Amino acid sequence: MGRYALRRLLQLIPVLFGTTFLIYWLVWSLPGNAFAGKCGPRLCEQSYIDEMRDRYNLDDPLIVQYFKYMWDMVRFDFGTTYSGEQVSEVLSTALPITMKLALVAVLIEGVIGITAGVLTGLKRGGFLDNMVLVSTLFLISLPVFVVGFLLQYLFGVKWGIIDPSVSEDPSFSELIIPGLVLASGQMAYISRLTRSSIAENNRADYVRTAVAKGLTRGRVVSVHLLRNSLIPIITFLGAEIGTFMGGAIVTEGIFNIQGVGGVVFDAVRGQEAGTVVPIVTVIVLIYLLANLIVDLLYAVLDPRIRYE
Amino acid sequence: MSHAATQAAPKKSAGADYDGHLLEVDDLHVEFRTRDGVAKVINGVSYHVDHGETLAVLGESGSGKSVTAQTIMGILDTPPGFVTGGEIRFKGVDMLKQSKEARRKIRAAGIAMVFQDALSALNPVFTVGFQIGELFRKRLGMSRKEARQRAIELLDLVKIPNPKERVRQYPHEFSGGMRQRVMIAMSLALDPDVLIADEPTTALDVTVQAQIMDLLKEIQQERDMGLILITHDLGVVADVADRIAVMYAGRIVEEADCATCYRKPCHPYTIGLLNSIPRMDLKGQELATIKGLPPSLLHIPTGCTFHPRCPMAQEICRTTEPPLLDLGGRWSRCHFAEDLKNRDQEQSAIYLGDQKGLISE
Repeated sequence: MGRYALRRLLQLIPVLFGTTFLIYWLVWSLPGNAFAGKCGPRLCEQSYIDEMRDRYNLDDPLIVQYFKYMWDMVRFDFGTTYSGEQVSEVLSTALPITMKLALVAVLIEGVIGITAGVLTGLKRGGFLDNMVLVSTLFLISLPVFVVGFLLQYLFGVKWGIIDPSVSEDPSFSELIIPGLVLASGQMAYISRLTRSSIAENNRADYVRTAVAKGLTRGRVVSVHLLRNSLIPIITFLGAEIGTFMGGAIVTEGIFNIQGVGGVVFDAVRGQEAGTVVPIVTVIVLIYLLANLIVDLLYAVLDPRIRYE
Repeated sequence: MSHAATQAAPKKSAGADYDGHLLEVDDLHVEFRTRDGVAKVINGVSYHVDHGETLAVLGESGSGKSVTAQTIMGILDTPPGFVTGGEIRFKGVDMLKQSKEARRKIRAAGIAMVFQDALSALNPVFTVGFQIGELFRKRLGMSRKEARQRAIELLDLVKIPNPKERVRQYPHEFSGGMRQRVMIAMSLALDPDVLIADEPTTALDVTVQAQIMDLLKEIQQERDMGLILITHDLGVVADVADRIAVMYAGRIVEEADCATCYRKPCHPYTIGLLNSIPRMDLKGQELATIKGLPPSLLHIPTGCTFHPRCPMAQEICRTTEPPLLDLGGRWSRCHFAEDLKNRDQEQSAIYLGDQKGLISE
């Protein structure tokens, strides 16, 4: 297990360098002069442009720029936005909000999706099964902004149960509806994935053995069947955490959540490479770590993986 | 009633307070309701087993031997499987009339089962110690520690070396033979009266097969268990079984003492099975086989179910299903059972055409 973990950790290094280099290269090579339009209606002074080019090492060869940038990152110096704000400041307010939202979404997705999947997988063809099949098809087909605006209108405007937009530093309870919106599409996938996984494993020989051991139905399902069926689901959910951490631009936009997604979106629109690159780097890192944790969890759940 | 009732009074364990046999399957009918129609998988099967006795249930794939076992255990998948008639009496009580909860409690403690392929029958994600210990924890309410200790003792009992180490390992870390030993250990945990072994050696290589059979036999005698051995391997049966029941298309076609059955099989199907064992003295000759395939249970042939494949088939076989004829302590479901019983070598050849040298006396 220790060696497995170490191997997975070492595999992260080339992936991290590869992705960050690509991001750095692509974002800085966007056409147009990012600094020329920063001074309102007037053209910027050449001295300002020179200073900014110097600050971001833009006169060095690309590979040198990249390593200078990475060296800064390693020392947790994320640089500044063009307007002079520390990127680390921006991140430290946006990231916790995104994390909260991702956590709420994954929890909703996991709990509802897995429960629906288990219930329908055990009793296929029943009323519940058909109901879930139809409603998941419905959810999968709806774009997230439709679900978002609909729930916002119903809960926030019509019934007045929630505030249509969340506060600056939202609590978990404020994020339940946005989390539900974010989770809606993937929740349907989770329930279908669980359903087929449960149905397939329910016919497995070891389930029959567990029944033949005179265990109660509850124990057979919750211990023998579930443990095996959840292995693919965990992988999916782990990747989901990573994706959600990258920010949910649409959902954040609808509910005015000040998360990472919005920050990155604004930065990209303003061609602020100095902001985009470090934030995306952090997101990549989080995504990779989430995947690492999934892989380790996978090995915990399925002992056969450890000895490959 | 079952023909079994006519047999000598069964041996019972001390303090038994029931009439009849330890486990008795009586005129069992099971059908599978599938999209293509109703398959009558078990059609009036009766057999029984007592303490210390080994019954071998023999037959090809699809003959219904495993379905009978699953019905006894109450682990038949419903749907598609439905019991449509008959009784399964364990210690005199009809299992089919018991509540789900009562049947559950009999599993493993009263009647236990060893499955064919131990790799798929054991849960891949739990240690063998957990899987054996689970029986002690969940059925007898023991602590984790006690259960672990008992699991180690069981692994030792089935002669797995280093049980203290092995108990912490997962099924995939065991060899095929060792895995089947784990399976056996698990089935013995609650000291069952009857053990059903469903092709316990089929997935194993020959040397290991013999070891597993020896182990089963030894444990059965030690514990005075009733053993139902389901197999299609006649080689395995000869050494171990007391009685043999041969199944074909969901019926018992022949039942006899092991020695009697081998010496003079009285059903063409049994003769065919015995003939298809490769023999050293017939080296170089083409191996005898039973022509054709087992019938589809959706379309069971009229008359004797075996007639399309039977070298002896006459007109009567196509029209009338033979009853299970009593030949004096043995039974055969063949119109010509009496003739077969009284045949000599020469007649065998006439009856069975090219199937030469049928039975070595």
